[in-house]
Amino acid sequence: MGEQLEKMYDVELKPGAGENYVCNLTKPEFAEVMATDIPKEPLPDHEMVPVALKKLDQMRKERKSVQLYLDICVRCGACIKQCHYFIGTGDPKNTPVGRAELLRKVYRAHFTISGKLFGSLVGAQKLTPEILKNEWYKYFYQCSECRRCSVFCPYGIDQAEITMAGREVLNSVGLAPKYVTQVISQVYKHGNNLGIPEPAFKYNCQFLEEEIKESTGVDVKIPVDKEKADILYLPPSADLFTNTDTMIGVAKVFHAIGADWTMSTYASEAANFGLFFSYDDLKTINLRVVETAKKIGAKLVIFGECGHAWRAARQFMEAMNGPLPFKFMNILEFTADLLRKGKLKNIDKSRNDDVVVTLHDPCNYARAGDLVEETRYIIQQVCNNFHDMDPSVTKERTFCCGGGGGLLTEELMELRMKGGLPRATAVKEVVEAHGVNYLAAPCAIDKAQLPLVMQHYNIPVQVGGIHDLVGKALILEGQEEFEAKKKAEEEAAKAAAAAVPAVCGLCDAEFASMDECCEHAEKEHKISKEQCDMACESKEGAGAAAVPAVCGLCDAEFASMDECCEHAEKEHKISKEQCDMVCESKQ
Amino acid sequence: MGVLANFVVNVLPYITLLVFVVGVVYRVAVWWSRPSPAPIPVFPGQRSVGSAVARVLADVLLFRSLFRFGGNRILWLGSWLFHISFGLILLRHLRYFLGAERVPGWVNALQGIGVAAAVVISIPLLYLLLRRIVHADIKWISTPADYFVLLLILSVVLSGLYAKFFAKPFVVDVKYVIRSLMAFQPVDLSKVYLSTSFLVHFFLVQVLLMYIPFSKVMHFGGVFFSPTRTHYFGGEAHTKSSEEV
Ligand code: HEM
Ligand code: SF4
Ligand code: SF4
Repeated sequence: MGEQLEKMYDVELKPGAGENYVCNLTKPEFAEVMATDIPKEPLPDHEMVPVALKKLDQMRKERKSVQLYLDICVRCGACIKQCHYFIGTGDPKNTPVGRAELLRKVYRAHFTISGKLFGSLVGAQKLTPEILKNEWYKYFYQCSECRRCSVFCPYGIDQAEITMAGREVLNSVGLAPKYVTQVISQVYKHGNNLGIPEPAFKYNCQFLEEEIKESTGVDVKIPVDKEKADILYLPPSADLFTNTDTMIGVAKVFHAIGADWTMSTYASEAANFGLFFSYDDLKTINLRVVETAKKIGAKLVIFGECGHAWRAARQFMEAMNGPLPFKFMNILEFTADLLRKGKLKNIDKSRNDDVVVTLHDPCNYARAGDLVEETRYIIQQVCNNFHDMDPSVTKERTFCCGGGGGLLTEELMELRMKGGLPRATAVKEVVEAHGVNYLAAPCAIDKAQLPLVMQHYNIPVQVGGIHDLVGKALILEGQEEFEAKKKAEEEAAKAAAAAVPAVCGLCDAEFASMDECCEHAEKEHKISKEQCDMACESKEGAGAAAVPAVCGLCDAEFASMDECCEHAEKEHKISKEQCDMVCESKQ
Repeated sequence: MGVLANFVVNVLPYITLLVFVVGVVYRVAVWWSRPSPAPIPVFPGQRSVGSAVARVLADVLLFRSLFRFGGNRILWLGSWLFHISFGLILLRHLRYFLGAERVPGWVNALQGIGVAAAVVISIPLLYLLLRRIVHADIKWISTPADYFVLLLILSVVLSGLYAKFFAKPFVVDVKYVIRSLMAFQPVDLSKVYLSTSFLVHFFLVQVLLMYIPFSKVMHFGGVFFSPTRTHYFGGEAHTKSSEEV
């Protein structure tokens, strides 16, 4: 373990440090549309306790994990320093065991014999509205359900299970966060987390198709709402807006193997925030996927680069919504298998030589998704430079980005940065040791959270997906010809530029090209060719200025850009620097 | 003293047995009957029943999760030493229970190491106790019950050691007591020599046994039910092959 990582574990205890971080409460219109039945606003204090206890009783009876993990913790503390929110904040209530004890103490007081008999001697405390509002609502939303604690606990106690149960109890008394309920309500309305309506979704796909065409010359389709298709692909919706390179990479892979695939606007989102909220919503959101796949007759459903989406699918879809009349997999498993079987033939690794890559294992891939080898395999197949982080923080030991579990919201920004500390520290080590400049993070939440974390801790890396790299290295049929043609055109343009007439500044003699002028300057004025531009001046600039231009705001025409810019400044108050926003050359 | 000794030897053991057995069976039955709505294995991954069993066994016998790289290996050592010693001590005590005339050979073979374990166990016990006092974070999460059980076990150990090395009860006497209890025959206290320290030890052990079903010590059974370990990555619909279409 590196020195910086080791030092990170020296955490000073700061009880109460987490008390300032609290999620905004839901709006009634979001609460109303949740699949799980919750009040539109927090219940009055005197109604809270009985409702919460009833729900807690239900949780422990419906889930073996909850009952067991309430019962068997020995408070050995092995999990304490494994939680990024504890490392970041130092609040003992942010340790996995400390957080779970917030619920266990209530469970003991109300549901166990020893708790009823001995009270605080065995760590029991009766539930109050204050515990719900000031402890549970705060600290169960300072857990990203990353399950790192479970790896190190001698009994595998999974704090995420307690957090999930705690959140369901909170829901039952109307203490639900706005961020999560809003995202879920957008899925119910528009099919995706970002709330992109159907036309915009389709428009973006077309836009990306054009972008691929422009850079590769190949007609790569990004199909939406095809009536029948073999493959249903579910992207994280952010891939259509902010992480477009990931989407482009995926589309290129499908194109390369001639897949019959489509996305759907009814289920246009891989992510499933039900995982952070309630089993009812988890199931309902997954159901949209299952219905869509059935409708279009998909034989294979593929989930895009998104961590918790993969957990929701891998561990819950079949159990809750099965039996499933299709197979499903992750896009990383898909691409890795294609590479392994040699089906993506034309890979040019050197196209990724500008990056030195390290990998952030998304928690839900590594601990809940059986997905740690494929990611590394793909990167090594498409890049020459890859360096893993310290083994104490990779694979099943990976640290959360700090923004998972439904915490990716503005009001928790400070907590998110603190929670990002362990990941940042590990990245910093490989940046310093190997000059890493690309942090591959195959998860939509990572791609939103990690750039902020890296900036916060001043670590100069770019954050991106794995399929971004695949897309760059994968060469499609016809792409090389296009690129060759494009290059030839560029060279011709350059040659043409070289043929622009020039004038010698020393004697005003004119020449057909810079080259000729330079030769003249060397012979006549003893100026070496390298310094020729001291004497010779291309007449290109003059030419360009003389090209007619038009003002985009009032359609007035001008003899040159300069004139147009002057006009724009005077008439439209647009500064000369921004002139190209309005004036367009007619060249 | 007579009445008290009679109670501890002739009455309490049956109460202890009842509380312990009913308590433990009840707790385990509750875990057994709770449903699991979905499989929730935590990597590194069990991909079949076999590997899930292997993982639970590694956790139970070797405390592998505690040993994991990046974890606290001093805790692993202390904890494992404590448990393995505890186990050996339990096995050693079988000589009072098994074989009417002669103790089975394998139990005899364990006597030496069993006594050694009884001496050694105080070290990890003290370590486990001290770390709760010394480390601010562990102190913060500890409840009185956490100290209580360590102190209880420590006093069982110390009273046992005292009885063995200083009060020196006769093995035949102790065995007579245990075998009589097993045969539901009252023990005539005037016929055996039982030191006070033995009676204290015997009493404390029973307190511990009765305490177990109500406490966190039940983890000894719970560890076999932990879904993150017993579940595995299975399912019909998931595939890792791109050749489905
Ligand atoms: C009757 C049998 C057992 C007894 C009396 C017992 C007792 C205890 C006690 C008192 C502790 C708490 C130590 C502390 O406060 O720090 C403990 C912890 C622990 N036990 Fe057990 N245990 C038993 C069986 C088991 C079994 C079968 C396992 C197998 C997995 C196990 C694994 C652990 C672990 C990993 C810890 C945590 C580390 C520690 O704090 O020592 N125990 N046990
Ligand atoms: S590691 Fe497990 S048993 Fe130990 S305190 Fe944490 S949750 Fe409890
Ligand atoms: S699941 Fe992750 S965030 Fe939650 S307590 Fe465990 S380590 Fe911390």
